[in-house]
Amino acid sequence: MNHGLRLLSVIAVLTLVAVLAAVPHVVSSGFTLSLLNQIGIGVVFALSYNMLLGQSGLLSFGHAVYFGLGGFTALHVLHTITGGDLPLPVPLLPLVGGVMGLVCALALGWVSTRRAGTIFAMITLGVAELVAASSNIIQGYFGGEEGISGDRMSGPVLFGLTMGPQQDVYYVIVVWMLLSAGLMYLITETPLGRMANAVRDNPERAAFVGYNPRTIRFMMFALSGFFAGIAGGLFAINYEIITAEAVGINVSASVLMMAYIGGIGYFFGPVIGAVIYTLLSTVLSAYTEAWMFYFGVFFLIVVLYAPNGISGVLAAHTPVLRAHLMHRLMPAYATALLPTLVLLLGAILLVEINYHLSISGNYDSEMSILGVGFDAASWWPTLAGLAALVVGGALLWRTLPYVGLAWSEVRAELAGEAAP
Amino acid sequence: MTWAPAIELDDVHKSFGTTSIIQGVSLAVGTGERHAIIGPNGAGKSTLFNLVSGRLTPTAGRIRLKQRDITGLPPYRINRLGLSRSFQITNMFHRMSVVENVRCALYFAMGYGYAFWRLCPRLRDVHDAADALLERLQLSARRDVPAGLLSYAEQRALEIGMTVAGGADVLLMDEPTAGMSRSETERAVALIHELSENKTLVMVEHDMQVVFDLATQISVLCYGRLIATGTPAQIKADPEVKAAYLGVEAD
Repeated sequence: MNHGLRLLSVIAVLTLVAVLAAVPHVVSSGFTLSLLNQIGIGVVFALSYNMLLGQSGLLSFGHAVYFGLGGFTALHVLHTITGGDLPLPVPLLPLVGGVMGLVCALALGWVSTRRAGTIFAMITLGVAELVAASSNIIQGYFGGEEGISGDRMSGPVLFGLTMGPQQDVYYVIVVWMLLSAGLMYLITETPLGRMANAVRDNPERAAFVGYNPRTIRFMMFALSGFFAGIAGGLFAINYEIITAEAVGINVSASVLMMAYIGGIGYFFGPVIGAVIYTLLSTVLSAYTEAWMFYFGVFFLIVVLYAPNGISGVLAAHTPVLRAHLMHRLMPAYATALLPTLVLLLGAILLVEINYHLSISGNYDSEMSILGVGFDAASWWPTLAGLAALVVGGALLWRTLPYVGLAWSEVRAELAGEAAP
Repeated sequence: MTWAPAIELDDVHKSFGTTSIIQGVSLAVGTGERHAIIGPNGAGKSTLFNLVSGRLTPTAGRIRLKQRDITGLPPYRINRLGLSRSFQITNMFHRMSVVENVRCALYFAMGYGYAFWRLCPRLRDVHDAADALLERLQLSARRDVPAGLLSYAEQRALEIGMTVAGGADVLLMDEPTAGMSRSETERAVALIHELSENKTLVMVEHDMQVVFDLATQISVLCYGRLIATGTPAQIKADPEVKAAYLGVEAD
């Protein structure tokens, strides 16, 4: 890296830190702060997941195990702190979660990482089911239906953080997030990190340059468990309660989707994924019951049409921006925007009508979308939805070639510039 | 220098189910030799390589590397003992850049192992060694290209480079010039000649021109058995070899 670039990234990091530190002084709404807290936890969790999927080529269906067990252990330790038996400041609790995540990943990873590919995926699914099932058996640790709760306003106070106000929690999460993200980034720059990429690309060749692919996978798995455990510890502090759901398959699926939507091919991709996932799951869920459905469709669209995730889409535009050619793409994008909006409106209308009817039945069929009230059971809203869907879809179908054309022109121009 | 074996095979057998591919091969390759293994398709040449490099485990028999028994050891252990191999089908880290491919072939050999506490950008010795090798491979201009996007001949050069990068003194090369044009082959032969200097080289090769250009010793493998071993001149004159293999070309 040359000095200019290094200076630039130092400035970028310092700006980020300054902005993050200033947020609680600017934002007063408790909702926004709790949203940011959730995002911070999601960022650490998703980045830890990408150490497996993106960097080592390991598709895990059970990453929540290390997150959840880290969280449970953190809350048990918090109990001990509250009881006065352990003088550990609560802001350091995520480290306890991390150590638990590491220990569990060392133990369970020994089994999981013996193989890669499909077999690895199946083993992680099996381990996840095993842990989820044992949450019913080991009631003392998992706390049964109620889960484990705790009181974060206890133990010695560190840096004046009583952990009472939400902004104290925010600062703790921000510090741990920056620390974890920084460390995870540095790991990608070490021989282990590079060889994880190598094993992902070609385990056989890795063996023929002296490395045991299993050892590489195992070490990456253990480290990713450590950071997942830190995320679990942050979760414990933030919510002061954890239930067996936290080790469950739903949480494992969410982190997979966060990482994938953000883009597993770029280190910071999962950060974008965590932000989008958290925003959708909290903001969208306040407006509609069907948010999971929308999220599923969104995930499908990303998998099918943007397999490199949002960060992949952004990365594709970087050279265009740099060459000042965005104005060549904009008309095509603008042309495609209107049909997309019509299509979306139709789809949303149909989904909402169906959700409304299936939940309330015909007895209370009055509903409203975007301030327009109507009777969900009558025929015209469904017809309007279908019409919008068909017309929007057909128009989009006609306009997409323009986007393709604009792109191929821009690509040709970029290639022309690159050539001497 | 007294003659010492680099690789010894002692009555090695390999069968897959009931199909016997290698049927009792005994062979000693001397240190510093350039040894070619030739034979018709399906003779078991690649299987023999896979056995020596640890990709496959022999059904019976022993294999020794520099007088140390390596039978049944995994590839990464055999590699650490100083044996490196190239592949018939190009086999690299296709999503990583050319220079990073070479560096990956260096980390272990230069003592960095599984380190997750050292930063690669600071490993000057690895960088310098990788740059020097790229220069010899004439790939310096392509250093930042993803390996998967190289031309075929460039990929083969990188393949050879990654094989020698770690400093192994015993090299196995599986058809290093397969699929190359005549001029590309000539360049590859020169490269192999240069990079295998003072090392033991064992190669499987179909191209007789390459074999006679490079090899100091030749073994002929036919249906899982060695039918002859000797200098190029001896092999050319061997009547059994002529009948089994060279026959068509000798006419």
